[in-house]
Amino acid sequence: MNNGQPKISVRGLHKSFGDKVVLDGIDLDIGVAESVVVIGGSGSGKTVLLKNILGLVEPDAGSIKIDGQEVVGLSTSEREAVNRKFGMLFQSAALFDSLTVWENVAFGLTQSAGMPRRQAKEIAIAKLGAVGMGTDVAELSPAELSGGMRKRVGLARAIATEPEIIFFDEPTTGLDPIMSDVINDLIVKCVKDLGATALSITHDMASARKIADRIAMIYKGKIIWAGPTRDIDRSGNPYVDQFIHGRAEGPIKMEILRL
Amino acid sequence: MYFLASVGRVFLAFLSGTGRLAMFTSVAVGHAVRPPYYPRLIGRQMVEIGYYSLPVVGLTAVFTGMVLALQSYTGFQRFNAASAIATVVVLSVTRELAPVLTGLMVAGRIGAAMAAEIGTMRVTEQIDALSTLSTNPFKYLVAPRLLAGLIMLPCCVVVADIIGVFGGYLVSVYKLGFNPSIYLKNTWLYLEALDVISGLVKAAVFGFLIALMGCYHGYHSKGGAEGVGKATTNAVVTASILILSFNYLITEAFFAR
Repeated sequence: MNNGQPKISVRGLHKSFGDKVVLDGIDLDIGVAESVVVIGGSGSGKTVLLKNILGLVEPDAGSIKIDGQEVVGLSTSEREAVNRKFGMLFQSAALFDSLTVWENVAFGLTQSAGMPRRQAKEIAIAKLGAVGMGTDVAELSPAELSGGMRKRVGLARAIATEPEIIFFDEPTTGLDPIMSDVINDLIVKCVKDLGATALSITHDMASARKIADRIAMIYKGKIIWAGPTRDIDRSGNPYVDQFIHGRAEGPIKMEILRL
Repeated sequence: MYFLASVGRVFLAFLSGTGRLAMFTSVAVGHAVRPPYYPRLIGRQMVEIGYYSLPVVGLTAVFTGMVLALQSYTGFQRFNAASAIATVVVLSVTRELAPVLTGLMVAGRIGAAMAAEIGTMRVTEQIDALSTLSTNPFKYLVAPRLLAGLIMLPCCVVVADIIGVFGGYLVSVYKLGFNPSIYLKNTWLYLEALDVISGLVKAAVFGFLIALMGCYHGYHSKGGAEGVGKATTNAVVTASILILSFNYLITEAFFAR
């Protein structure tokens, strides 16, 4: 089925909200079973890029291909078919608070795949085990969980349908450094176990170094640098250097008023 | 010039809002009538809208029937027409007061709850999460609420009809000294099926509108807690206004026959 064709291929993606240009011609290829991390500052368009690929936002111009299939402009039902290949871990986990933890994890199985609840519950508990959570949490409501536990449940939900492509939106934001590393390890393990393609966005460099095969940096709506993770420290790109070392001074000017 | 520009802006905002609502309604109805249906979700919403609204609906109806009997007695006894009270109570309640007051009470209870729940799901990315799990939010969230509203409001109004007439009976018999059997006979005497049916048709339309406004404002809410609060207010206000204006339109449609 695959002969060197990228899993996800983005070409010339443009998106503006009103006068504000957010994406200004993004080109990005992600190979099969590759883990790509897009880094960039706040407001650089990372999240919008992800939402465009997921079909939550309609691009103004450009092309997005999944397995060679153009997905821009699909109808709602065709889009749902494409989305079956996807798993997504949201920044705030976005667990459904009207459902219990196991119903959340099993949601993709019971709703769109039509699996019986009993069988789906077994799989959900197995997936919760895979992210290091015991059966005792399965009947809890998401509101009773801590931030790190919610993230792990979100991860379990993202991998429950065994998707071909998993998206991670700022997987470590709001977590302490140790829990961040736990989540990073789980992401690496889950993606490797599934043989899935992964696209993450983050501004946490420790996380990016850990989970990425390849890193791309987005700045002002364009990809300004992309390369293997080991090359990130000698990119020769002043923007990348400023970002990974977290310096306030450099070519990237934060849009704040200087008093 | 500034004045004209602001008038134009308000007018354009009104037109685009109307268009957005029309699109939302057509997509939502399309999903409500086409399978697959979610019986579990529809059932849960029916219990929420119907069963848990009964205390509020019953209290509203009983006091309305009671005050109606008292007020019409004040007027009618001045020209010796006090025997018409039973007819006035039953016609007012079934045709007008039960559907409208039930609609307004349920709009406050259910419209607000729907807007707050769906609005919170929107701002916490839960609606996006539904899409990524290949579940259409219209199918999963909106359609069950519309169907449940459409079905359950007429059921609530049947209860309100009965309790409202009973309220009138209580005051007429125990306070104004009417003969119970004559009062009941007069209640049935001039009541036609169309009186009740027109009230139930109103109720179904109101139930649909309440759920539609709750879902629409919740679905389009943005900007965190403040946005959800605004959506809740808008849902109740627009539902109430639509109920009152559709009440007139439906009454006129039935009246013309």
